[in-house]
Amino acid sequence: MMLFVENILLALSSLRSNKIRALLTMLGIIIGIGSVIAIVTVGNSLTNSVNSSMESVGANNVNIGLKQKEKENEITESGYEISGRSFEYQEPKSEDLYTDEMIESLKNKYPNEIKEISISEDVGNGKVTQGDDYANVSVSGVNEGFFVANNIEIIQGTILSGKAMEDGKSVALVSDYFVDNLYGGDASKAIGKKVEVISGMKYYVYTIVGVYKYQANTFSAESKKDTVTPLFIPIKTAKDTNHSVSGYSTFTIVVNAGVSSWEFSKKSANFLKKYYRNNNKFEPSGFSLESLVSTYTDMMSKISLAISVIAGISLVVGGIGVMNIMLVSISERTKEIGTRKALGATNGSIRVQFIVEAIVICIIGGIFGIIVGIGGGMLAAKALGFSATPSLSSIVVSLLFSMGIGVFFGYYPANKASKMNPIDALRYE
Amino acid sequence: MFNKKKKNNEKELIIEDITDTAEDLEESGDEEKDPEESESSEEVIKAPAPGEVIIDMKGIVKRYFIGMPNELEVLHGVDIQVRKGEFVAIVGQSGSGKSTLMNVIGALDRPTLGSYNLDGVDMFKAKDEDLSAIRCKKIGFVFQTYNLVARTSALKNVELPMLYSNTRRSVRNKRAKELLKMVEMEDRMKHTPDELSGGQKQRVAIARAMANDPAIILADEPTGALDSATGRLIMDIFHRLNSEQGKTIVLITHSPELAEETQRILTLKDGLIVGERKGRGKAV
Repeated sequence: MMLFVENILLALSSLRSNKIRALLTMLGIIIGIGSVIAIVTVGNSLTNSVNSSMESVGANNVNIGLKQKEKENEITESGYEISGRSFEYQEPKSEDLYTDEMIESLKNKYPNEIKEISISEDVGNGKVTQGDDYANVSVSGVNEGFFVANNIEIIQGTILSGKAMEDGKSVALVSDYFVDNLYGGDASKAIGKKVEVISGMKYYVYTIVGVYKYQANTFSAESKKDTVTPLFIPIKTAKDTNHSVSGYSTFTIVVNAGVSSWEFSKKSANFLKKYYRNNNKFEPSGFSLESLVSTYTDMMSKISLAISVIAGISLVVGGIGVMNIMLVSISERTKEIGTRKALGATNGSIRVQFIVEAIVICIIGGIFGIIVGIGGGMLAAKALGFSATPSLSSIVVSLLFSMGIGVFFGYYPANKASKMNPIDALRYE
Repeated sequence: MFNKKKKNNEKELIIEDITDTAEDLEESGDEEKDPEESESSEEVIKAPAPGEVIIDMKGIVKRYFIGMPNELEVLHGVDIQVRKGEFVAIVGQSGSGKSTLMNVIGALDRPTLGSYNLDGVDMFKAKDEDLSAIRCKKIGFVFQTYNLVARTSALKNVELPMLYSNTRRSVRNKRAKELLKMVEMEDRMKHTPDELSGGQKQRVAIARAMANDPAIILADEPTGALDSATGRLIMDIFHRLNSEQGKTIVLITHSPELAEETQRILTLKDGLIVGERKGRGKAV
C-alpha cells in the first residue's frame, strides 16, 4: 500500500519528464473515451427531449387509419410490373370510411382499454381580421374525445359538447394566441363573440364558446402573431361545411393507463378488419407513437453500438500505444530497473511499479477523454437544440474501463521489466 | 509417524535458534546448521559479534551457458571469508572474474557450485524473493556509475531501499536525512542526480547503500569515475564507516593503491584467488 502511493508519484514524475510523449500516448485513449462520453451525452439529451415531447403529444394514443391494400404480383393496366407490387394512390370513397357504428362497436368491444376516441376533420386554413388585428387559424372539426386525446386545456368557457356537437352548431373554441392577437389577451371578452373566418373564397361565422391553451411548438421560429393556431368546431359542423361524406378516414383512440398502445393499435386494426373483408381497396391500419419511440430507441442503440465499436477500436489502438510506450520506457530505464533490483526490489514490486504507471497514463487519458467528451457532447446537444445531460454512470464506467486498459496493456511490459536479469540490467548502457 | 516427530523436533530447534543469542549461534557453527533454518532465518536479525565470519564462500564455481556449446566457467572455485567489521579489497585485472564475483557476493547472481553463506543465509537455498530480501537488507551496493535513479531527489534515492523494506514513511524520511547528513549532503537533499557532481552522486549512493543498515557494503570501483581528490573523499567516507560504525566493506577494484588502504587484499586472477596479504589499514 505504501508502495502504491509511491508508485503513483513515481509514475506522475516520469510522465512529467516526457509530457509530449505522454500526451501523444494518451491520444488514443482520449479519443476513445471522449467519443463514447460524447455520444452517450448526446444520446441522453436526445432521449430526454424526445421522451418529454412524447409525453406532451400523448405517446399513449393509437391512431387508426386506412391503408391501401397491396395488389401483389398483379400486372397493372399499362402492363408494367413494379417490383412485384403495383401501387396507385386512391382517395377513399364514402363506402371506404369508418362509420360511427364501427367506432361505437370498437368502443363496446374494448370498454376497459379505450378511454376516449378522438376524431377530427380539417376544414382549411383561414384568417380572422378585426380592424388592423388579425389571427391565422386552421379550422378543424373535432369530437369531444379530441380534447382528451390531445391534452387540451380549457382556459375560459366550455369545450364543444352535448347538443352543440350533435346539432352541428356554428360554435368554436379558439386559442389563447388568438385571444392575444384579437382581444388583447382578455379571454372573457372573447366568449360569445362572433368571428368571421375567411378561408379561400368563402367565409364562415362562428360564435366563440371557449378558449384553450395553445401548446407552442418548441422548434417553431414563428412569431406569436403569425402562428397558425387551430380553431376547433364541432365535427358535424365541419362535415356540413365540407359537404363531405359521413365517415372518417382516421381517428385516434386514447387508451387507459397500463394498456400498451402499440399492442392495442394492432388489436383494434384487427377488429376493424372484419368490416373491410369485402373491400378490395382499403384495410384498417393501426399506429402508435409508442412504436415510434421504440423505433427511435432502437435506432439510438444501434448508433450507440456503432460508435462504441469505433471507440472500442480506438481504445484498443490507444492501449497498444500505451503498451508500446511502456516497452520503450522500460528499455530506456533498464539501468534504473537493475538498480532497483540491486536495492532490493522484488520482481513483484517492479511489476506493480510499471502497471501503476500504465494505469496512471490511461486514467489521465480517460479523464481528458471525459472532459473532451462532455464538452463535445454538450456542444452537439446545444447545436441540436436539446439540453445536455451527461451521464454519471458512463463517466464512472469510462474511468474503470481506462483503468482496465492500463492493467491489460501494462501487464506485458511490466512483466517483462520484472523478469529482467538484474546483472544485465545494471550493466545496460 | 516417525517423520512427523522428526519434523516437529526440527521446528523446535529452529525456534530455539531464533531465540538463541549470538554466542550460541557461534557455537553451533555454520556447517551444522539446520537446512530449514536458513529459509526462515530471513526474519531473524542476527548481530554477529565482531570477528565472526559474515561472508563464507567455499569452492564457488560460476558457469554460464550451462549445457550449451559455448559453456563458460568464470570462477573456478573461489574461497573467501570475510569477518564482521573487516575492510577487504578484491583486486584483479579486467577479465579476472571480478564482476562475476561481485555479482555472486551481492546476491545478484547465483553460484553454480560450492557453498556460500552470507550473514547466516545459505544462498543456495534462497529463492528469488529471498535474494531480493537479502539485497535489500543485508547488502549495500555502491557502483562505479553511481546508479542513482534519474529525476528523483537525493532524499528519495536514499529512501528507496527503505521503501522496498517496507519502512514507515516518517522513519524513512528521518533516516534518509541523517544518512545524507553523514555524507555531508544535507544541503542538497532536494537535488536530482543531474544537478549533482560525480563525487556528490557517489556520496548520495553511499548514503543509499547504508539505508537499511546492511551487513556489508559492496563497493564496485567506487572511485573509478572520479578524479583523485574526489576519489580520496569517497575513500575517506568508507574508512569512516568502517572505523566509526564497524561496517564490513568489500571493495572491488583494479587499483593496487586503493587496495593498499584496506586491511586485507585478495587478488583474483583467472577466476581464482591467487593471493592474500595484509594492507595498511588498521583492523578494528
